[in-house]
Amino acid sequence: MEWSGLGSVGSISAFWSQLVVMINHFKKLLSGKSLLISLPYLWLILLVAIPLLIVLKISLSDMGPTSVTDVLSWSQGWPTIKINFSSYLFLASDQLYIDTYLSSIKYALLTTFICLVVGFPFAYFMARAPKYLQPMLLMLIMLPFWTSFLLRIYAWKTLLVSNGIINNALLSLGVINQPLAIMNNSFSLVLGMVYSYLPFMILPLYANLSKLDLRFLEAAADLGANAFKTFWLVTVPLSKAGIIAGSMLVFIPAVGEYVIPELLGGSDTLMIGRVLWDEFFANNDWPMASAVAVVMMLLILLPMSLLSSYQSEQAESKL
Amino acid sequence: MSKIFARTWLIMVYLFLYFPIVTLVIYSFNDSPLVSIWSQASLRWYRALANDRDLIASVVLSFKIALMVGLLSVLFGTLTAFVLSKYKRFYGRTFFFSMATAPLVMPDVIVGLSLLLMLVSLQHWLGFPERGLLTILLGHALLGTAYAAVVVSSRLKEMDVRLDEAAMDLGCKPRQVFRLITFPLIMPSLISAFLLTFTLSFDDVVLASFLSGPGYSTLPMVIFSRARLGLNPSINAVAAVTIAVVSVAVIVSSIYHVRTQRKRDHEIAMRYSDGSQ
Repeated sequence: MEWSGLGSVGSISAFWSQLVVMINHFKKLLSGKSLLISLPYLWLILLVAIPLLIVLKISLSDMGPTSVTDVLSWSQGWPTIKINFSSYLFLASDQLYIDTYLSSIKYALLTTFICLVVGFPFAYFMARAPKYLQPMLLMLIMLPFWTSFLLRIYAWKTLLVSNGIINNALLSLGVINQPLAIMNNSFSLVLGMVYSYLPFMILPLYANLSKLDLRFLEAAADLGANAFKTFWLVTVPLSKAGIIAGSMLVFIPAVGEYVIPELLGGSDTLMIGRVLWDEFFANNDWPMASAVAVVMMLLILLPMSLLSSYQSEQAESKL
Repeated sequence: MSKIFARTWLIMVYLFLYFPIVTLVIYSFNDSPLVSIWSQASLRWYRALANDRDLIASVVLSFKIALMVGLLSVLFGTLTAFVLSKYKRFYGRTFFFSMATAPLVMPDVIVGLSLLLMLVSLQHWLGFPERGLLTILLGHALLGTAYAAVVVSSRLKEMDVRLDEAAMDLGCKPRQVFRLITFPLIMPSLISAFLLTFTLSFDDVVLASFLSGPGYSTLPMVIFSRARLGLNPSINAVAAVTIAVVSVAVIVSSIYHVRTQRKRDHEIAMRYSDGSQ
């Protein structure tokens, strides 16, 4: 043995046994509960928590001539924190940003409302359809999910442009004399968003309405309520959870949408996702883009917490 | 009366959902370079597709990424779902849960921006990774993990805990319980999580645009840059091919599903009839 010269045989064996204990300990740590938890935990910290912290950090820093200045710097061995609110101050003072946030909310609310008005009766009728038909009806709602979202938005573009399929058809039928202005404005934007997000409204509503106990409706009718009253006083309150879930699932992605405004919206349909994109890619202003993102996050925090409280409520009711 | 109204409503919404897709496919057979004006039927744009180098390269790239995203997402999504369903108490569980659900509710632009800034800092410190396939892969795998976790955990919730307990009573170690009981039971959900995250990755344009580097254009990025400039008949042909592939996949998988269901029902019926004799 070459390394027996390092010490007595006894100390080597002691070292070995020590090492074996350590390895076993480590193995236990790696094989059990802690490994199982720590693997996805680290993955999510790396890809969710740290990136968001970096966004926050950069939103508080200044745009230097070549790069972003660091919030945390070291001078004479001490960390110094230099927080710069200039991006936020600019955000709050510039009317264009405020208008953009407001119009994003406006379009997202409008989209949610239209999805609800179209989707609620749809989900209701679907839940009342013959049982054997329901899986097929459901699959037909899900099927567009599997085809590209981008291609479906592009399809609307070919339909809506001034020499597009709809205008051409209407012109040749003599319904209109000149092309309708239905592209690159708020109409085409909201249409595209309703089209893309309608399934997100229908699915939770259907899940909710298909579990509705029909005896409640019968009871209401027995007690003399007309169809409208039954609907308004019984069906709607009982499907509140589905309405909230569906509305949030439409509203939240709609607020930050980028692709639809870019392809179907006009220059005057302001959406915050597009502004963020332009700040980053066109202006190369990272602190500004980050500040826009942070404010957007705060904006959707309220609907997000509504959704999560609904979900935990659901989870509890299932127990 | 109300029945007619209900039927009309259902049909109108389905028409609204499918009308654009159908016209897109029909106009892919249009000979005219003007997408929206019909001249005559031809396969011109499909032939053009076969010679479109950029597009073919982007399809190959997207396919590679989507395949790896599917595998990574199922791996981490299953781990996440497993941890959340099995361990009700551990340090930072709420934090873990919010991190796992955050990507589902954050707008794509924020996820893209935050990941890019993280990767830029990482590159600043470590000189790695270069923006390209790997960075797109990471971004999509993050989103995919969140979606896969939802799919798998809904299956885990439905699972009968007593099966696990029975296996443990019979002397299975935790690892064996997973391999012999849990894994076969959640297998269908793993497949659907894979398909979902594959499609998600194959479809995403926002994250890919933030995270890709020069020379790495995925299929949606190519389609998006063409669609931004205006109407382009090549997109119609791509759309028609995509829809054909998806339809075949959906039909095949639903036939498979129906068959296995029938087989299982048949087996159950057989067992019952055996028992009654």
